[in-house]
Amino acid sequence: MRSVGLKRPASLGAFLLLAIAIGWLAVVIVLPLVSVFAEALRKGVPAYLEAFRDPDGQAAIRLTLLVAGICVPLNAVFGLAAAWAVAKFDFRGKGFLLTLIDLPFSISPVISGLVWVLLFGANGWFGPALEAAGIKVIFTVTALVLATLLVTLPFVARELIPLMAEQGTDEETAAVTLGARGWTTFLKVTLPNVKWALLYGVLLCTARAMGEFGAVSVVSGHIRGKTNTMPLHVEVLYNEYDFVGAFAIASLLAGLALVTLALKAGLEWRYADELSAGRRH
Amino acid sequence: MSLSVDNVSKRFGRFAALDRVSLQAVDGEFLALLGPSGSGKTSLLRVLAGLSRPDEGRVLFGGEDFLRLSPRERRVGMVFQHYALFRHMSVADNVAFGLRVRPRRQRPPRAEISARVKELLALVQLEGLEKRYPAQLSGGQRQRVALARALAIEPRMLLLDEPFGALDAKVRRELRRWLRQIHDETGVTTVFVTHDQEEAMDLADRVVVLNAGRVEQIGTPAELQKTPATAFVFDFLGDSNRLPCRVVDGHAMFEGGFSAPALGPVHEAAQATARFRPHEVDLAVEGGVPVTITHLSARGALIRAECQGLDGALYEVDLLRDATPASLAPGARVRLRPRRVFVFAETAR
Repeated sequence: MRSVGLKRPASLGAFLLLAIAIGWLAVVIVLPLVSVFAEALRKGVPAYLEAFRDPDGQAAIRLTLLVAGICVPLNAVFGLAAAWAVAKFDFRGKGFLLTLIDLPFSISPVISGLVWVLLFGANGWFGPALEAAGIKVIFTVTALVLATLLVTLPFVARELIPLMAEQGTDEETAAVTLGARGWTTFLKVTLPNVKWALLYGVLLCTARAMGEFGAVSVVSGHIRGKTNTMPLHVEVLYNEYDFVGAFAIASLLAGLALVTLALKAGLEWRYADELSAGRRH
Repeated sequence: MSLSVDNVSKRFGRFAALDRVSLQAVDGEFLALLGPSGSGKTSLLRVLAGLSRPDEGRVLFGGEDFLRLSPRERRVGMVFQHYALFRHMSVADNVAFGLRVRPRRQRPPRAEISARVKELLALVQLEGLEKRYPAQLSGGQRQRVALARALAIEPRMLLLDEPFGALDAKVRRELRRWLRQIHDETGVTTVFVTHDQEEAMDLADRVVVLNAGRVEQIGTPAELQKTPATAFVFDFLGDSNRLPCRVVDGHAMFEGGFSAPALGPVHEAAQATARFRPHEVDLAVEGGVPVTITHLSARGALIRAECQGLDGALYEVDLLRDATPASLAPGARVRLRPRRVFVFAETAR
């Protein structure tokens, strides 16, 4: 997107401001990012690759992909349904629903993890009953999924709601009068109109699902090879002074984040007018 | 097929969008629903399309109970004010939509669909624009695509919701003529919603004037002009002047000793309001309601004179330019002599 009405920096003050901004970015973002890869490769490529041969590391990678693989589709479906309800219908309590959807953005991830412990932990509301039935939630993959679901809930919905609200219901109404059934209308009219925004939301959701630390840390129990996701595994390795291993796994996470960023930038550049984010920024 | 709407009511909370509306349309008729915003015309159209259910009443179409059918089963073509084209589909895909979403058994083969699309785009004079997207079309072109899309399903009835409302005046007149032509070619029963009385009078076989959810009058454009049933109809169908009067034996008596035959339902009234059109009044030197000319403006073959009565009331008078003496200028004192006045019963609505 090219901004209209902006000029190139001409005065000394403008250059100074620009220099401060770029310097700040370099120190706060670029330097740590570079250090991750530098630390990971400090003992050479073989040592770097060794970190990925460790069965616990591999388990962490698999687990992260599993959790993201479960959470992202679920939240994509939820996000679509919520956005559809909020944007295309008028009902009481709509404002409340919107606030609820935003809640995970504003509360600390630690809380998002803790609520599950309070609900399903050994001393939680439903914990004893579930335990009696032989079902364990906390310190299992189920808890990781629940915590991640909660943290990543708003991403798709928040991306779709403004766009769908703006598009209104005219096209759906037209489709119905032309003989389309509800499902056909959704697949052929509603979904194509929001497909890029949906993909954008899914990307943001995926990045967060894979990188989440706080919430999953509370419910994971840190069982190696069982309930440690990549971010948790990084912490474990680091605490054991296995810096190369820690940074190697971290570099993989950072790499995933960079890929997400590139895809996101690509979407923003190509389909700016079909993303609500393109209008917001 | 003929349409019959029978005592249809629709309420939103305490607001009556439709209040016992009844009307009929014969097969192939072009019917206009005319009224200001909030008069219920769009509500009625949505009931006909099956997009909303009335609280009471019946709708029969071709003898069939229409209210028991889903919008899909009704097979009515609908055209919206803001086009409602599928923005991610090309013009051809938009037009083909209604055919492609049919259940497999009723769906025409591909070749037939594309032939039909071609034919329809020729009908709406958009040949060569098949591959364009809605965003690349002008407003007038978009509405023509919308009409072609509605016609593609071979609708049993065509419903148009202020289809030209978002277009500028020139395009609007052009499309109006063209819509009438398409109606005459296809012969499909058409219901057209508008708040523009000129559009309704110009296009429709018959006009249904709606006000506050009720039918004020139904008639041909000529009938509505000649014998408006209510003050609302008279006021809505054109510029209207009002003068207080008495009605004695079918004659409106004005102050200043002038009188004119009172058209309309009232024959005797101690206090009434006479209404007359700007072009149905003469200016005279003697014998009439005294006014002062405040402004003159040229309108083609006519001159519109704005006049002010002694009590400050404003009147509009249309004069033939060629028959207007040069002495007539702002500030001149003249007298109004309405030629045709209507007196309606005062309603306490």
